[in-house]
Amino acid sequence: MIEINDLKKSFGNLEVLKGMNLAIPKGQATGIVGPNGAGKTTLIKTILGLVKPDSGTIRVNDITLNGNWQYRRDIGYMPQVARYPENMKVFELLEFIKGLRKQEALFEDELIEQFNLGPELEKFLRTLSGGNRQKVGATLAMMFNPGLLFFDEPTAGLDPKASQKFKQRVKNEKENGKTVIITSHIMSELEQLVDYVIFILDGNIRYYGSMKNLLTESNEERLEGAIASMMDVA
Amino acid sequence: MNTLLLHISKNEWKSLLRGKWVVGYGLIFLLLTDSLLRFGGGGPEALLSLSNVMLLFIPLVGMIYGILYIYQSREFVELLLTQPIDRKVLYWGLFIGISTPLMLAFVLGSLLPLGWHGILMVDSAASAMVLGLGAVLTLIFVSLGFLFGLAFYDDRIKGFGFTIVVWLFLAILYDGLVLMLVFTFGQYPLERFVIAVSMLNPIDLARIMVMLEFDVSALMGYTGAVFNRFFGSGLGTIAASSMLTLWLAIPTWIGLRVFNKKDF
Repeated sequence: MIEINDLKKSFGNLEVLKGMNLAIPKGQATGIVGPNGAGKTTLIKTILGLVKPDSGTIRVNDITLNGNWQYRRDIGYMPQVARYPENMKVFELLEFIKGLRKQEALFEDELIEQFNLGPELEKFLRTLSGGNRQKVGATLAMMFNPGLLFFDEPTAGLDPKASQKFKQRVKNEKENGKTVIITSHIMSELEQLVDYVIFILDGNIRYYGSMKNLLTESNEERLEGAIASMMDVA
Repeated sequence: MNTLLLHISKNEWKSLLRGKWVVGYGLIFLLLTDSLLRFGGGGPEALLSLSNVMLLFIPLVGMIYGILYIYQSREFVELLLTQPIDRKVLYWGLFIGISTPLMLAFVLGSLLPLGWHGILMVDSAASAMVLGLGAVLTLIFVSLGFLFGLAFYDDRIKGFGFTIVVWLFLAILYDGLVLMLVFTFGQYPLERFVIAVSMLNPIDLARIMVMLEFDVSALMGYTGAVFNRFFGSGLGTIAASSMLTLWLAIPTWIGLRVFNKKDF
């Protein structure tokens, strides 16, 4: 689970996070939405320890973040842009990350099969298509069976088939009790994958609640409409 | 923790060797040293010419290489930072992983011709000095490149520009500027000032050490000559090498601090 208390972060004069409070319980699937530059990626990066907050606290699985790293054992992260060293082969990258984490790669074979990465394993990462690189990223995020999964715009580069497989996989992870957090601009995708929505605008959380509630409150049938109307109000 | 560091470094080594251009860099020094020894007279002269080339190019190549690594591996480093590892271990692993191949390329490339021309046996102290200085300079300037890459993380043009200016200043303009100051303020006792100033430039320090070893102050610039007169050979070498150690320690330490605190 994740607890965030009065989290603030500025880059220079730009206030990106303006005192966020948030609690995401274990096993919840949450979508983070908001316009470009609202602070979605910064929020995720702060939880991952990539960005250091100016003030406020973050607790992940009851560990308070203070530059420590052990809590990341339970985190899998799939970045928005997947770029890897050019001179590395796919299987070498997997081996390398395995050696770093020193955890059992429980789902490695399963994910490679699901994403059809078998024929790509011996290829250099520079020769991989964008979509295949995304699949490698997804494999890295999920293969250690972490309890907390972060996906930053996961399906942006995937073809429909891969995207479908990815979504099925995320649904399974959800059913297995994983905490899943996804940022996306594709609202229909979030509708399929998450139960809760966080809407961020200008560094503040404007809405945090269940998808159902949001749709009822805003009198909309689709998430897209509900979010668009919230943006209009703001 | 150490095995983790080695794991990260090994990965960089593999990747760099595949890139082949580190091998090319070593070959350049191999060809250079070999032809200097073949056509350039005896061992000391060749070593001196080699050190002149080294003092000019190792800083440039080291810094460009360090900064380029940071810029090219941005997303990869960010991915590694999301893994459960200590940032400090990652920093040292990456630094050692990318600086040692460059260092080895220079050392091996120059060592082999020195070996097969028999210079290594005759002028062993001088050879060791030149190779050692090249190795230390490589580490110093890769760490500076790393530091500039982290400092100008989002602005590559500025980062590269800054790197080139620093190189021009340290490798080319510095001695001239000192000389100009000395000419302008010739009436004052400037010895201590000149020594202090030469301490602030790692390339100057390395040049001074070469000069002290070969006892050729006339060839090695103004600061070197003053240094020699002030310290003499033995003490001068000790003073210069301890300053070089500081030059290695301080940028790597600042780099570590920046890396540790940085928002990626």
